[in-house]
Amino acid sequence: MEKWYLMTAVVLIGLTVRWTVSLNSYSGAGKPPMFGDYEAQRHWQEITFNLPIKQWYFNSSDNNLQYWGLDYPPLTAYHSLLCAYVAEFINPDWIALHTSRGYESQAHKLFMRTTVLIADLLIYIPAVVLYCCCLKEISIKKRIAKVLCILLYPGLILIDYGHFQNIYNSVSLGFALWGVLGVCYDWDLLGSLAFCLAINYKQMELYHSLPFFCFLLGKCFKKGLKGKGFVLLIKLVCTVVAAFLLCWLPFFTEREQTLQVLRRLFPVDRGLFEDKVANVWCSFSVFLKIKDILPHHIQIIISFCFTFLSLLPACIKLTLHPSPKGFKFTLVSCALSFFLFSFQVHEKSILLVSLPVCLVLSEIPFMSTWFLLVSTFSMLPLLLKDELLMPSVVTMMAFFIACATSFSIFEKTSEEELQLKSFSISVRKYFPCFTFLPRIILHLFLFSVITMVLLTLMTVTLDPPQRLPDLFSVLVCFVSCLNFLFFWVYFNIIIMWDSKNGRNPKKIN
Amino acid sequence: MRMKLVGVGGATAMAALRVATGAGNWFSALALGVTLLKCLLIPTYHSTDFEVHRNWLAITHSLPISQWYYEATSEWTLDYPPFFAWFEYALSHVAKYFDQEMLNVHNLNYSSSRTLLFQRFSVIFTDALFVYAVYECCKCIEGKKAGKELTEKPKFILSALLLWNFGLLIVDHIHFQYNGFLSGLMLLSIARLFQKRHMEGAFLFAVLLHFKHIYLYVAPAYGIYLLRSYCFTANKPDGSIRWNSFSFVRLISLGLIVFLVSALSLGPFLALNQLPQVFSRLFPFKRGLCHAYWAPNFWALYSALDKVLSVIGLDDKRFGSAVPAHSPSLSDSLGHPYLHSDRHLGPRGFLRCLILCALSSFMFGWHVHEKAILLAVLPMSLLSVGKAGDASIFLILTTTGHYSLFPLLFTAPELPIKILLMLLFTIYSISSLKTLFRKEKPLFNWMETFYLLGLGPLEVFCEFVFPFTSWKLKYPFIPLLLTSVYCAVGITYAWFKLYVSALSDPPVGKTKKQ
Repeated sequence: MEKWYLMTAVVLIGLTVRWTVSLNSYSGAGKPPMFGDYEAQRHWQEITFNLPIKQWYFNSSDNNLQYWGLDYPPLTAYHSLLCAYVAEFINPDWIALHTSRGYESQAHKLFMRTTVLIADLLIYIPAVVLYCCCLKEISIKKRIAKVLCILLYPGLILIDYGHFQNIYNSVSLGFALWGVLGVCYDWDLLGSLAFCLAINYKQMELYHSLPFFCFLLGKCFKKGLKGKGFVLLIKLVCTVVAAFLLCWLPFFTEREQTLQVLRRLFPVDRGLFEDKVANVWCSFSVFLKIKDILPHHIQIIISFCFTFLSLLPACIKLTLHPSPKGFKFTLVSCALSFFLFSFQVHEKSILLVSLPVCLVLSEIPFMSTWFLLVSTFSMLPLLLKDELLMPSVVTMMAFFIACATSFSIFEKTSEEELQLKSFSISVRKYFPCFTFLPRIILHLFLFSVITMVLLTLMTVTLDPPQRLPDLFSVLVCFVSCLNFLFFWVYFNIIIMWDSKNGRNPKKIN
Repeated sequence: MRMKLVGVGGATAMAALRVATGAGNWFSALALGVTLLKCLLIPTYHSTDFEVHRNWLAITHSLPISQWYYEATSEWTLDYPPFFAWFEYALSHVAKYFDQEMLNVHNLNYSSSRTLLFQRFSVIFTDALFVYAVYECCKCIEGKKAGKELTEKPKFILSALLLWNFGLLIVDHIHFQYNGFLSGLMLLSIARLFQKRHMEGAFLFAVLLHFKHIYLYVAPAYGIYLLRSYCFTANKPDGSIRWNSFSFVRLISLGLIVFLVSALSLGPFLALNQLPQVFSRLFPFKRGLCHAYWAPNFWALYSALDKVLSVIGLDDKRFGSAVPAHSPSLSDSLGHPYLHSDRHLGPRGFLRCLILCALSSFMFGWHVHEKAILLAVLPMSLLSVGKAGDASIFLILTTTGHYSLFPLLFTAPELPIKILLMLLFTIYSISSLKTLFRKEKPLFNWMETFYLLGLGPLEVFCEFVFPFTSWKLKYPFIPLLLTSVYCAVGITYAWFKLYVSALSDPPVGKTKKQ
């Protein structure tokens, strides 16, 4: 493509920002006895290298599951094994069984950071570049700008390279992105294969599974269940089953193995939520402590119902009218529903929502930028714990400037641009004076930004009062949750009122 | 009423945000972007220059003026002219709010996190002058090659090449120095001369000289140009000097400016009878011909040849000792035959002369540090967006010059940063200038392309292969030697081409008036 040099420059900028952020400290640095998730990653390399596969997920004298036991699907374990082979080549002390607990050194930090960068470079970044290059509707300059903005998204950079908590998010998100790419451009088998790899890397990718399922099902229906559609369905089922078999092969030999892995992946005993997270349950517990009032199984049922009901409309619409645009927006709304209402949600699961929002950046630049800023802000308590204030502020500002100059977001706030035209027209049938929607949204944006800035300043400079030591984290979660609820409503409105879906035959073929 | 106020307030805030991030404001986006990148570079490795500047903060803050140039508790004594000392003095008054301890002269190698933060921010903050200078320079170049695309406009390319200059980024914001605002002063004075505001240009340059005396290298260019273009107020039709248009008033006013600035700077020390001490600090001739690491100049080639000859067994002591004594005069004379021309060549000619002076002094100067290549690279950027020939010379000079800075950052965490930033700048500069001049003949011939591509394997060898070979223990200096010699070839070649282009530069048109 012409202007390849600008694309290269943008990718290099993205890589530079990632590496400079990684120069900061990581979670649990110098904090025995448990340290942090950095130690967890190192420990997994130790376990997978020194123990046979059958013992990876089981509690034993060599493998104490209480000390950062493996709780991700097999692909993560295989990746750790690969890194462990490299580590053994460089310095066996890093992964020696038992003796390497809590190992910290400059060289080891460099090694771990490099593994993240390489994984990013091989999987996530090519997916982003290819995705943006294939967008035919926008100019080359806008495509390059979109790559820049996506690569500068602060949330992913700070979690993978700064905080180092459950890193390699870029791997699972990258695989998911390859899946989206494949499925949107009618390479359904490859797309579903990539997505299966994503699920087998981190089980949170299940948040994205329903839209994939509905979209592919919708495609099969459109092709007609008596002919090509049925063939496609069979092929897809075979691909998925084959992918899962391949990844889980060593664990399918015994029933106990499979069950134990599942137990590790889905810890249902752990409760509705842990720590402070910007979802509905945590915010609601500010007023009413549901965790203490309701019994355990009722909590699971309630959260399941809410999640399922909240994502039903969008999924049904996607099955009936499959289109790439609807697919992307449904990815957003489903992941957001899961984030808001599901069980045992972690703060960084917001990244699963941010990825699809990045994909629609060029279609609704203003709202996407706003959402991505809020999503990074919602992780603030986590980032401040690891002394990442400076990189957070700098990357957020850089992201904002990149989006604002590339997409002129403040000029794209009309109803048409916000994709709210059909909705407004419908509402105006009943309330003819409903013309002030863009202005309300602009004011809400301003209010939201001011709140975020104020809360950040307060968290950094002031000490919380004695009686309420978690005041600021709770406030951050609460404000973010309100923002997310607003976005959930907004994205669902776009999906439901999108009338162009059925009239675009060339996108479905 | 209150709702209306809120509404108005909201609208103004939105308008302000809109202006700040407006689509047309690419310059502020570039400037802000690089500033944010500089903030991210805060936790990187810093060299002993960090301690040097901390020491100077301490000296100027805690001691009276009479002690500034005598203080020697630390080995990093004050060896910049007085204005820089006053600059450190001003900074020290802000420093005391960050960390009082850094201002203690006896706290050698003190580097608390607040000290680091303060020092890094002081560099980033003073770079504002550099940004302003780049802005002024962009106004001076013509847009006759302007395409409709923003990224193909000369102004955009020049801003990107200057603001995101790799050399400045790693020398100032990693290695730690204050070249940003000093280069800004120089570029600003050049811009003023382009804009025919000669008095301001002269003033700015005089001030710059008293900040860092290394700029003496380019003083002759200023002197001759101001004399030629400002003091002689008119030209004959063919462009040569009209001798009877000499204006004494202008000459006197220029001299007065220089005199006043110098008086302000050196006056206090003259009064204290400390001038000899100050000069001995500023010009330490005892230090030797080559710096600790060989700058890729003529003397590097000479030393390499010398070493090779001595290894072979052909060392001739007489050859070695004769040259250093003549070095200063050699650099002066080789640099400035251009100045003897009496044709009026305009500001562009002046710029070419300035670069030639800087580059010649780099090539043949005494105790040259490799960072001095920036003195030539930055002004050269201004020429590079004008003509294809200049662009080609600029690219060779810049790429080799920047590569020669690699040994400054030898720590492992900084390795990806320097490689990524170097790739970024090199790929962008070569491609954007090629696109700008795509209608003319190609920028590089096969030899030059081959040479530039050779930098890649050289880097791979020096950083990745050599440390694992057995030669590392016996000949640890080989990577430095190879880097220095390889770059010296490129820089010498660029110097030679620039010289030739300067001598064959056509004079400015006959109708050009003062």
